[in-house]
Amino acid sequence: MIEVRLQAERFDPGAELARLEALGSGAVASFIGIVRGEGGLASLRLDHYPGMAERAMQAIADEAASRWPLLGLVLVHRHGTLAANERIVFVGTASRHRAAALEACAFLIDWAKAKAPFWKQETFHDGTTRWVEARAIDDAAAARW
Amino acid sequence: MAIEMLYFAWVREAIGRDGERVDVPADVTTIADLLDRLAAGSDDHARAFADRARLRAALDQEFVSLAVPIGQARELAIFPPVTGG
Repeated sequence: MIEVRLQAERFDPGAELARLEALGSGAVASFIGIVRGEGGLASLRLDHYPGMAERAMQAIADEAASRWPLLGLVLVHRHGTLAANERIVFVGTASRHRAAALEACAFLIDWAKAKAPFWKQETFHDGTTRWVEARAIDDAAAARW
Repeated sequence: MAIEMLYFAWVREAIGRDGERVDVPADVTTIADLLDRLAAGSDDHARAFADRARLRAALDQEFVSLAVPIGQARELAIFPPVTGG
């Protein structure tokens, strides 16, 4: 099961995990990215490149599936306007062994951050807005795989 | 030959539109060449494309460097380094 979804709607991590657990693989790992509400942040908008974003997410998922023996993989990324503490991204993996599940999970979020066409714009309580700058540490995290 | 340009994030805001159809002059080869040409013709484009180190590109929805030839591509997107996840 490889499932990639780009959506404006919220997702339910419990439901995603339950589907991965139902595969009977023995190990499930997950990552949830959440909007940080620090510094007076009012909301976060996720801009994306329609068409390419879905393709890039699928390519990243396919790459993970080719590198690790996964029985299941779920990658969900939201777009649109999100409030502080809302969930942005979900990565879930299922494998027979924990190492593959954990490594594939880390790989998926590292590559999703560095290789999928999304951009974050922060709006603060004082009305100012700011595009989040890419960080070299994120490229380094993606490059280690 | 014409190409569909797409702009995202602050590049879109600097140019003031999310895309445009652009005629690629016969003497333009690479993406960087085309950005030079567009910047020469408009202050908004010049501002958006001023710092090439802050720009990334996708040609027909594949990430490429600005030094890549445009060739027969139909869609060229210009945007800042990605920050999703």
